[in-house]
Amino acid sequence: MPDLRPLVRHQLMWPVLALVVLLVVNVVATPSFFSIRMQDGHLYGSLVDILRNGAPVLLVALGMTLVIATRGIDLSVGAIAAIAGAVACTSIAGSSQESATGTAIVAMSTALAVCVLLGLWNGFLVSVLGIQPIIATLVLMTAGRGLAMLVTDGQITTVNNPAFRRLGAGFVATLPVAIIVALVVLGITAVLTRRTALGMLIEAVGINPEAARLAGVRSRTIIWTVYVFAAFCAGIAGLMIASNTSAADANNAGLFIELDAILAVVIGGTSLAGGRFSLTGTLVGALFIQTLATTIPTIGIPAETNYLFKAVAVIVVCLLQSPQARAALAVNRRPAAAPVKAGVA
Amino acid sequence: MFKKILTATAGAALIGGLAACGSSSSDGAGSGGSGGSGGSDDITMGFSQVGAESGWRSANTTSIRDSAKTAGIDLKFSDAQQKQENQIKALRSYIQQKVDVIAFSPVVETGWDSVLQEAKRAKIPVILTDRSVDSDDDSLYETFLGSDFVEEGEKAGQWLVDNAADSDVDGNGSIDVVELQGTTGAAPAIDRKEGFAETTKADPTIKVVASQTGDFTRDGGKKVMESFLKSQKGIDVVYAHNDDMGLGAIEAIEAAGKVPGKDIKIITVDAVKDGMTALSEGKINYIVECNPLLGPQLMDLAKKVVAGEDVPQRVVTEETAFDQETAKQVLADRQY
Repeated sequence: MPDLRPLVRHQLMWPVLALVVLLVVNVVATPSFFSIRMQDGHLYGSLVDILRNGAPVLLVALGMTLVIATRGIDLSVGAIAAIAGAVACTSIAGSSQESATGTAIVAMSTALAVCVLLGLWNGFLVSVLGIQPIIATLVLMTAGRGLAMLVTDGQITTVNNPAFRRLGAGFVATLPVAIIVALVVLGITAVLTRRTALGMLIEAVGINPEAARLAGVRSRTIIWTVYVFAAFCAGIAGLMIASNTSAADANNAGLFIELDAILAVVIGGTSLAGGRFSLTGTLVGALFIQTLATTIPTIGIPAETNYLFKAVAVIVVCLLQSPQARAALAVNRRPAAAPVKAGVA
Repeated sequence: MFKKILTATAGAALIGGLAACGSSSSDGAGSGGSGGSGGSDDITMGFSQVGAESGWRSANTTSIRDSAKTAGIDLKFSDAQQKQENQIKALRSYIQQKVDVIAFSPVVETGWDSVLQEAKRAKIPVILTDRSVDSDDDSLYETFLGSDFVEEGEKAGQWLVDNAADSDVDGNGSIDVVELQGTTGAAPAIDRKEGFAETTKADPTIKVVASQTGDFTRDGGKKVMESFLKSQKGIDVVYAHNDDMGLGAIEAIEAAGKVPGKDIKIITVDAVKDGMTALSEGKINYIVECNPLLGPQLMDLAKKVVAGEDVPQRVVTEETAFDQETAKQVLADRQY
């Protein structure tokens, strides 16, 4: 028998296992779960849905990963996503050529510019004024939805623009645009943080900002930048959410997405105490959360208990990741996998 | 440093707020409205709205704001963003401000007894609008103005029973219905589900094969419908508890390469403009109206309650239902 210990010790072992278990549960409930077919020139199937609907969470979680790596947290991403959708849809609805491609580009650029400004604000509060990140971003979390409501006048703004629609609901070369955009952002982030020194600098700031500064790292600039990046990612996510239904819903767009994103980061093995981060882990975490959301209607969990189901699944994954809990559950690691199935099924 | 800025901003906001209050009460004949004794001109109403989760809700808010203005009632409005704790906070602040009457649409049905007791002790009458509360003590509120959600569910179910012959789209002998529920625990979700289930019992071929919450939102409706389309075979009918979830379901059905309204029949409740447009285009088959324009009725009731007149415990708003033909006729002059 091959030596499985390195595999078992790998930090992504448990989240990946949880994801696989969840997929197996779905296949048992719906045998056609993995089937993917062509429909009107694009891929169609549950797995495609998971990737497409998971794209906003993945984007937000990417930004969140870097913020958390600097020992911070950004609670305002959901509100920023709502603002992005509100700005874009209001801009399109107010334009004289509502369905023109140019209108969509202008609207989306404006929305992202607004998000960058909001990110600058968050970064300013944290890096220059030195406010605790959780408090600094709480400001926009609570006020942001109000801003979005102000932009949309409290209405759900419905738009009719094919180009805007493509971002969330469209396809390029049979693949959903949302997946491609999310993967491109993931790729760029990975290259920037892993092929340059940026990733190491972010980790250095997260481990000890003062020591990093004394060693010549510009802590302030780096912290500021990650909040801007988080807001930018949240902006793209917000555009996707609005584009998916061609409507801006200031109250509900991106509601609780910050919590999903933090969960994705934590499931992916990045510590909330800052320092080492894992983008692959975040990808797995985001996929896990979206798969969990899709599982509920697929296997027919009653509406009254779906939060309980989610809670149990998340607790099981978190316990699996905790070495102490694993040690307490069983001396031998193999039986420790059993509670996952018991808890999820 | 930041603390100072914060204090200064808060102070400025407070002064601004006071100034605004002062100017609005000076409109009302300047009697400086400490509640109760004034004439009907300076009634202050505290209204706590659920949120702005749908087009229906926005129309409801607009109607209440506009008719308060017309009726000369000073309206203090707050949006609970779908959270009960926000709503309880808003109600407590209205009690502290000693408004003349409190009106609100409860986010969920339960958990209101203690805050309503506080209002009762402060002798502030409470009017429930649109959604009711589940409480043994009906002296906690004066009246409940709103739609009969059970009846709405029954109307939706009745249409399906009447049109059962056309509704078995895949012809397998059973009409498979998927249900998109509203927010779990909300009165319209519970009652619309119940009314529908009750009337469709009459036809044993009608079966609700799956039911899940879509939180009354388009996004929720779309995502739940996407997974229903993959996990359920031969869906004949979608019953959505509001138009927005129905609109989300239409997108999911279209993405699956099916024709909404033909391959899968859609029944919704609400009749907001976007829903009526879809109905007239044939993408929805039947909409039960839930009239959001209850502002004028609410203001009338508020005046009566403040004047100490007796009002009925239950006031039902007038509503109808639309099929594709009638939708085309009324769409042009639809207000919301």
